[in-house]
Amino acid sequence: MKSKKPDQLRSVIAHVVLVILSFMCLFFFYILVVNATRSHSDLQKGFSALPGSYLLKNFMSVANDGTFPMFKGILNSLIVSGLSAAICTYFSALTAYGLYAYDFKLKKVAFTFIMAILVMPTQVTAMGFLRLITNMGMYDSLLPLIIPSIASPSVFYFMYSYLQSSLPLSLVEASRIDGCGEFKTFNRIVLPIMKPAIAVQAIFSFVGSWNNYFVPALVIQSKDKMTVPILIATLRGADYMNFDMGKIYMMIMIAIVPIILVYLFLSKYIIAGITLGGVKE
Amino acid sequence: MKKRKSISYSKWGYIFILPFFVSFFIFSFIPLADTIRYSFFEYYRSGIKEVGPNFIGMENYKSLLASDMLKYAGNTFILWIIGFIPQIVIALLLASWFVDIRLKIHAQQFFKVVIYLPNLIMASAFAMLFFTLFSTNGPINGILTSIGIVKEPIDFMGNVFGTRSLVGFMNFIMWFGNTTIMLMAAIMGISTDIFEASEIDGCNSIQRFFKITLPLIRPILAYTLINSIIGGLQMFDVPQILTNGQGSPDRTSMTLIMFLNSHLKSRNYGMAGALSVYLFIVSAILCFFVYRMTNNNDPDGSKAAARKAKRRRG
Repeated sequence: MKSKKPDQLRSVIAHVVLVILSFMCLFFFYILVVNATRSHSDLQKGFSALPGSYLLKNFMSVANDGTFPMFKGILNSLIVSGLSAAICTYFSALTAYGLYAYDFKLKKVAFTFIMAILVMPTQVTAMGFLRLITNMGMYDSLLPLIIPSIASPSVFYFMYSYLQSSLPLSLVEASRIDGCGEFKTFNRIVLPIMKPAIAVQAIFSFVGSWNNYFVPALVIQSKDKMTVPILIATLRGADYMNFDMGKIYMMIMIAIVPIILVYLFLSKYIIAGITLGGVKE
Repeated sequence: MKKRKSISYSKWGYIFILPFFVSFFIFSFIPLADTIRYSFFEYYRSGIKEVGPNFIGMENYKSLLASDMLKYAGNTFILWIIGFIPQIVIALLLASWFVDIRLKIHAQQFFKVVIYLPNLIMASAFAMLFFTLFSTNGPINGILTSIGIVKEPIDFMGNVFGTRSLVGFMNFIMWFGNTTIMLMAAIMGISTDIFEASEIDGCNSIQRFFKITLPLIRPILAYTLINSIIGGLQMFDVPQILTNGQGSPDRTSMTLIMFLNSHLKSRNYGMAGALSVYLFIVSAILCFFVYRMTNNNDPDGSKAAARKAKRRRG
């Protein structure tokens, strides 16, 4: 009881610090949203905390701009991220199930190998990757951004941990006795059980692919195949001072907002999912 | 009986893991081998003419060491550490506050959602946003001059300190929420008995933090540290967009991956290969540590200590 006073003081300090940090996180996005609603001449006059009335106009001028095909970019990003998330989670689950449910000679070797490459950066193979896809005729296409996500060691690790905790092998035996084939067992019985894990990892790999800049910047050349991050980068490289500032803010907002909206709807699952892939004690 | 069953099903194990390994072999292993091979060759493009590939042994490695590579490695380290120190300090603080029930933190879920938000933002768009906000006629300078903190607009990106701080600050904002949530899970994994016992022994909150919480989450702290170093080594998006790939001013914010990117863009395959091999060696060492940690069934070293004690006795 005697420690009641200091606890109250600490509680106040904790709240103040939390509010300041939250303010820091949100402040920049607030300016972004406000400035995206203001016109170029209005923005030149200085900062105002209140939104203007140019939201729709800025939006239309982004939509009609042929040099920065933002909406084509969003479509490309959606295709790449959606397909990557789908095949990455499916094949990771398949690999995890293969290593979890079956016994075979190279099982231990395969598992150790995947664990060893768990955090290997993709950048170190970028040079060979670039040459490979050029030789394969896949340069300047979206395919090399999608197909390699079949092999995602960290997603595999997550799926494997999930299987360990939630799939009793007796269930697999039972479906075998009932005459279910191995692939059918995986698709009809194992996948539904793994739904929570798949959902979490699908979100994370979607976001990772949506935000990826390094590989697409190397692979994509033509304007109509660019994903959103490359468009943002070309915007930075362009003669930026002559631009309509309202439009620039609107472009950045269009790049950021879809993810924020998805996040706000799914934040509960996302935050619960962050720690699941980490070290277990 | 049991043996026959395992034989009959084992081929399915191979079939199921096949796509992963085929994809890894094609898109990671072949490129890696190719990268290592060409690191020993003189192979670049000047204009439309392609020079090489001519075998030159270790020349690329030597000329990289003679070039600014080590300076860029230093830049990468500085940019990383500027972001990492506040990140880990704030994350530790917040994590211990969140799990402390006596502080009665209100709206916990709200705060968690907000501090994790920047982690999901597209780093390139975030950097572009900072570039516009902190430019000399941008809103931040507008606010600072209008409330009278500064008279002249500050040229944040015109000096070394400003650019590096901006990159570090962005990395901090993007990652402290993630780290907080990781550390929180670690602290919640500590048995409550230990905290209760310490309270009965008259331990105050500062003692509790340094004598109990910190030592017990050491494995996860180490894991966070190494993961962050690997992330820092790959730092690219933020400084690349903020400085338009120049690493300005005077290449003091040029990171290793930006250097690699510029070699790749100019199709200097030999140099890019050698630089990749340097990066590969460093990250392989780091990977080894992560591997040891994730596969460690002796996280606090107690088993090793017990073995040692036993050996001494016996």
